[in-house]
This record gives sequence, C-alpha cells and structure tokens, in this order.
Amino acid sequence: MVARNKSTPIPIVNTMNREYRLIAFGVLAVVIIIALPQLGGTGLPRQLSDLFVFISIATMWNLLSGYAGMVSVGQQGWIGLGSYATIVIADDLGASLFVSVFLAGIFTALVSIPTSWVVFRLRAGYFAIGTWVVAEVFQLLVSSSTGWLGGGAGRSLASIRGFVRSTSPETFALTTYYVAAAIAVLSIIVVYSLMRSRVGLGLTAIRDSESGAASLGVNTTRLKLIAYVVAAGMTGIAGGIIAVMSINVRPDAAFSVQWTAFMIFITVIGGIGSIEGPIIGAVLFYFIRNQLSSYGEWSFIVLGVIAVVMMLVAPRGIWGLIQQRTHFEIFPIRRLMPRRLLMENTPSTGEAP
Amino acid sequence: MDLGIDRIINMLVQGVLLGGLYVLYGTGLSLIFGVMRLVNLAHGDFIVLSAYISLILAGFGVNPLISIVIVVPVMFVLGLPLQRFVLNRTLGKGIMPPLLITFGLSVIIQNALQLGFSADTQGLDAGALETASITITPSLSIGLMPLLTFVIAIAVLIGLQVFFRRTRLGRAFRATSDDPEAAEMMGINSRHVYALAMGLSLAIVAIAGILLGVRTNFAPALGPARLLLAFETVIIGGLGSIWGTLAGGIILGLAQTIGAQINPAYFQLSGHLVTLLVLVFRPTGLFAVTRDK
Amino acid sequence: MTPVLSVQSIESYYGQFQALSGISIAVEEGQTVAIIGANGAGKSTLMKAIAGVHPPTKGAIQFRGKPISGSSAYALVQQGIAMVPEGRRIFPSLTVEDNLLVGAYSGRKGQWTLDKVYELFPILKERRKNGGTDLSGGQQQMVAVGRALMSNPELILMDEVSLGLAPIVVNEIYEVIRRIAALGTTILLVEQDVSRGLREASYVYCLLEGRISLEGKPSDLKKEEISRAYFGI
Repeated sequence: MVARNKSTPIPIVNTMNREYRLIAFGVLAVVIIIALPQLGGTGLPRQLSDLFVFISIATMWNLLSGYAGMVSVGQQGWIGLGSYATIVIADDLGASLFVSVFLAGIFTALVSIPTSWVVFRLRAGYFAIGTWVVAEVFQLLVSSSTGWLGGGAGRSLASIRGFVRSTSPETFALTTYYVAAAIAVLSIIVVYSLMRSRVGLGLTAIRDSESGAASLGVNTTRLKLIAYVVAAGMTGIAGGIIAVMSINVRPDAAFSVQWTAFMIFITVIGGIGSIEGPIIGAVLFYFIRNQLSSYGEWSFIVLGVIAVVMMLVAPRGIWGLIQQRTHFEIFPIRRLMPRRLLMENTPSTGEAP
Repeated sequence: MDLGIDRIINMLVQGVLLGGLYVLYGTGLSLIFGVMRLVNLAHGDFIVLSAYISLILAGFGVNPLISIVIVVPVMFVLGLPLQRFVLNRTLGKGIMPPLLITFGLSVIIQNALQLGFSADTQGLDAGALETASITITPSLSIGLMPLLTFVIAIAVLIGLQVFFRRTRLGRAFRATSDDPEAAEMMGINSRHVYALAMGLSLAIVAIAGILLGVRTNFAPALGPARLLLAFETVIIGGLGSIWGTLAGGIILGLAQTIGAQINPAYFQLSGHLVTLLVLVFRPTGLFAVTRDK
Repeated sequence: MTPVLSVQSIESYYGQFQALSGISIAVEEGQTVAIIGANGAGKSTLMKAIAGVHPPTKGAIQFRGKPISGSSAYALVQQGIAMVPEGRRIFPSLTVEDNLLVGAYSGRKGQWTLDKVYELFPILKERRKNGGTDLSGGQQQMVAVGRALMSNPELILMDEVSLGLAPIVVNEIYEVIRRIAALGTTILLVEQDVSRGLREASYVYCLLEGRISLEGKPSDLKKEEISRAYFGI
C-alpha cells in the first residue's frame, strides 16, 4: 500500500506496484463476474445486469461531468436513443441482437456530434439544461413517430423472441448478463485509458481552467468533444442493453430524466472524479434501491436527501472519504478534483509550513 | 385547414399571451443567474410547488388569485434559508455542487408532491374569471386570464426594472453581480444579497405557479418541463436582459402556438427547435445586453 | 491615546506562501500614513488583511481599540473603515452616480453626501449618467475615492491610487486626498511611488518581502536607508 502524505511529493517509484494491483483487481473482477451467476437462482443474472448498467452509465456521466467538467442532465437522451436504435438495427435492419446493442452506440456517438454544436454554445448550468432540451427533442421526435416507432405506446424488441426460441430463456438471461458486464468493464477501461492518455491530461487542464488550458495551446473544444461523444456512445450502448432487458421500450421510460438522476446519485455517493467512485456508488445504489423499492416516493426523497447532504458534507463521496483515510487507490490516474470545481473550502489563509 | 386572417390573428394573440406566462417562468431563473451565476435546476419544481400551495389554500376557500398575497411571501421566505444554509455553502466551489444540489431538490420536491397529492392532475379554480373573455370581433376574442397573466408579467418586469435602477438594494444587487468582492468593500453583505435574490426569484415563481395552475392542469412531475420553458425564454431573449426575457417569452409562445397549428404534436417540439436555432445562429440570444460571454 | 488603527504582528498566507510576517503598524487620528515597497512586498496583502478581505492567520488588528481581525469587509464599512481598492474596481453596469450611491450603502451619516462629493470632483457631476467604466482612468479613480467617502469613513484605506495614471492626474487626485485629510479623515495609503509616499504622508512604513524594513517620519529618513529598505540591497 502506498502511504501518501499531503505535504510530501508523491513518489513515482511505485507505479509497478500500482499496475500489479490493477491487474489483480481486473482478474478478481472477471472471476466475480463469471462466478456470480453460478451462486444464485435463475433471477440473479437479470438483477445483476441492472448493476452493470448502473456502473456503465454512471462511469460515463462521471467522464463527462467529473473529469471534463461538463455537468449534463440530458444523458437519458442517449439511453433512449440507444434503446430505439437497437430495436431498429436488430428488428428492421436484421443485425444480430447483441451486435445491434454495440452498433446503437456508434449511432448515438454520431448523433452526438451535431448536438454538440448546439450545447457547446452554453456554459455550466445552462449547458446542463441545454443537454436536457436535446434529450426532450429526441423523446418528442420518437413519440411523434406513431407508425414506425410505436409513438407513446412504444415498441418491443422482437428479436429477443427469435434469440430465446433458438437458444433458451436461461441462455438469453446469461448472455444478457455477460454483455452487460462487458459493457461495464469496457466503460471503465475506456475512461481509464482516456484519462491516462494526453486527452486526460488536457481534460484535467480544462477542468482546472478552460481559458488557461486554451492559452497553453490545448484544443479545448476537441477534447471536450471527445469526452462528449465517447460518453454519448457508451451511454447509447448501455441504452441498447437496457432495451434488451426491457419487454417494451416506451419513450417516457427510455428518455426519463430518472436515468440521469441515477447517474448523478451513484456518482455523488461513490465519488465524483474517480474511477472507483461510480463503481462503489453503483453497488451501494443497487442495494439501497432494492431495500427501498417498496417505499415508492419515499425512496426517491431519501436518495435525494442523501445526495444533497453528501454534496454539502463530503463532496468527494465515499471513495473520497476512503482515500482521505487510507490513501488507497486502484486506478492510478492521480488527478484530483481541483478546488475551483468542487471540494474543500478554499482556505483564505494557510498554515505555517 | 382554414387559415383566414381572423384565425391567424387569433393564433398570434394566443401565442403572445402564452408568452406572458413564460416571461414569468424565465424572470426568476435569469434573476439569480444574473446576481450570482447560479442555475437552479429545481426552478420548475418550485413553480409547481407554488401551484400546490395555492391548491391547499383553495381547500380553505381562498380564491387562487387572492392566494397570491399569501403564496408570494411564503415562497420568498422559503428562498432565504435555501440560499443561506444550503446554496451559499457551495459558493466558490465551482459549478458542480449548486447544480447537483438543486437537481437533488428537484427530485425531492417532485416526489414529496406526489406523496402528498398523488400523481393525479389538479387544477386551480379561479371562478368566473377563468372563462371570461373580451370579444373584439365575432371571430376574435381574448381570454381574460391569459391577458391578465400577460399584464402581470409586464408589471413584474417593470417592478424589477424600477427595483434595480432606483432602489438602494437594487443597486447592491447589481454591484454584487458585477464584483462581489468589491461590493463587500462597499459594506454589502453578498451572502445576504444572494439570499434575498433567491427569495425574490421564488416570489416571482409563486406568481407564475398560481397562474399556471389557473390556466391548465398540473401534476407533480411537470416541474422539469417548466424549467426548460424558463431556460428557453432566457436563451432566446439573451442572458441578463430584462426586456430580452419579454421578447424571449413571446417568441417561445408564438413558436409553440404556430407549431401546434401545423400539428398539435409539434407544440413543445417547435419551442425547443426555435431555441436550438437561436443557440446555433445567435448564441448570445436575440436581445443580449450582458457583457458576459 | 489609542491609535485609530493598530496592527499587531500579523502573519498572512496564500496557501503555503507567507505573504506577511510579523507586521505591526499604528495609525494615529487625523494622520496620513503611507506604506511603500516594491512589487510583491506585501503591501496589498496588508491592506486586504486590514479591510477584512483576506484575514490574517495570526496577530491582531484593532480599530479604535476594538479587535476587528475576524470581521468581514462589509461589517468594517459599517464601523467606519472604507477602501479604495487596487485597480479601482468600479462597477461596470452602474452609472457614475450609482457607483457613488453604492458607496453609501452602509447608511453611515456624516459630512459626505452626493453633493459634497460632486463639489470635490466636479467632473463626476458632469458625467454622472455615464457608465462607471466609460470614464478615463483618472476619473474612475475619482469615482473610487468618492465612493469610499460616501460611507463617511473615519479611516480610508487607499491601495495604489496613482497606479497607471498620468503624473498630472496623480497630482490632481492627491490634491483632493490632501483636502480630505484636512477635513479630519485618517488615511492609510499604499504607494509604489516612494517619493510620492514620502511627500504625502506624515509617517511611512517600508515593506520588503512581507516584513517592515524601515519606518519613521519622512523627514527623519535618509535616502540611502530608504533605498536599502526598498530594494533590500
């Protein structure tokens, strides 16, 4: 374990150590993913698929908001669009079911490019609402297609029946489970490699000071676009697997802002601006949601209060609290949230050295 | 479809008057953004909350229009601690905490309303006023409530204009908006100004909420849609411009009414599309006066 | 007699950087005191510490014998300390007159009114409807001084009023400052221009790297010791 003291520079020698830990974590994760369905009953893979969806979408929201500093409340647009794209690609264009899920991500990534021309005109809070408007437009467009996409009543993913008929309901559930797990792992790998690359360095610079980064020659628009498109694409893929997991895809559910509420809640609880945060948050959210599911509106009120209090008291979430005490990390990106964006009270006066 | 001249005029008048409601939505949102660069994602939910407070008062026999004198102070007072004890704590910590906290508030308000009043739609009954209209020509009549809403919206804008230009506190608001640190050096407690700004924003929200409730049915989940309308009003008009907000509301109302004329399903969509077009071709809004980029 | 302002061995930090160490100064009633020093010597930090904008980490500040080092900037205006901030900090969306009226926000009563300030700076009356930042640098500085007067202060802190202005304009402004002082207001000013500081003040402190390197009445100080204290050579 790496002990890190605030006032002493971080030693660079232990990267080997860190990488072993990352590999160990990866192996452990794969073992758990393979072992879990063997443990429980037939319903378990289906339930755990939810967990993987949460990890994926929260990880992508974190890339956009926590790392690139663009707070979005319109990520549900990509979920809805990914869901419908999967239906069209699989049922209308005849691609195989699970391949369609990933093709849907390419579709949402492509769609996100023109929308960026609009929302990138906005800053901060108005950017957030702008993304919401874009998601609304998607929903209204899909709803208005009464014939092709089923309008407000929605449309079901017919290819599922074919898949189940040619295999078995168990195989379908298990395949869905593995694909959902793969999407979650892929999301984490994408964000990790992005943040370790020059893109991550630039994004961190933008988050610290956009004008500062621009004056140093960082192409801020390009880097923000990369984060925005990647998040749209991966969230679209998650939307695809959500369609596979749903019986019927309806616009009001697929484009519900609740998806973004989940992403925000998970990331805030787990810890914004770290890769571990959304994973921890998703696991916690998964259990809290199961515990509270019978309480209806109260569950959302409780979740909302937890998120608000968390933001006020521990803005770096549970992972931030863990790190504060143990200085432990699995994903060595080592770029903390700057004060300007979040975090502790900016001390007007420091302590004597 | 018959597009006689009367029908066109009728449509335009409806659109402009609808814009009056959107002006009231947008004013509160742009007020707090102007003073403290804060975007309140629960703005729409506070509008809906105000309608429900008026609904509770209606249970005691208070006419919704009379309830304005109670709901406005209630919402104003609600804004003070919200800013003082919650949002002021996030000042200077970047854009994320206030956004996520107000988003959390939005979720809390929606579900609390659903818990208290169910998800069913409700309406406020303003009595005979609600259906009264002024007949101008046999085929053109103007509803009294939409007209009253529009007049109230204008009155609120004029009131704000006078407040900002002519009063000691209004000058303090503008000074704090320009440079909070320098304002503190002039004896202005910026945190107090922020709390008052939030109170004022919610007071305007209260008026908007009651007029919304009299005009149409409402439900706990309708808040976010109001937020988007407020945002679109502000974006079309241009940030920081009081009269731009008026123009923004009218353009949005017209866009929706004209869109719905083409196909009823395009009512909301056409409003969104006009906003997106403005963002692409005139990102500072049509009537921006603000010095901020 | 207790001094109007007494600063007792304060320390101030920006993060890890120590900007002030063990600074003690005293300003007597009716005096004009100057703090001189090179760029980065800590002059502005000292002003910000006194004005409550950047409170010191250690030490005490007293205004008329009352401790004020924990007070916020806005509360100090109420108590009678006004600030002419570095860079003037005129409110751009307010007119000249509104800028001056914001200065009166605290509601302290006294000899200074809008008319009195216009008497002091007639040009501002002519331009009272103009935007605060549409004026020349010198006129903006007049607004900043007038704005501070509007709170009827007992002590005015003036941070670099001559910075970036033409010598003739600086003369004009100091002319007015002398009149303000003659009317009984205590003034603490920060000047980068050493000779100006020596000429205007009855007592001078020289800052070097966050410490007081020299103090005394201008008449008692020798040229060589001043330049040694200023440049640290």
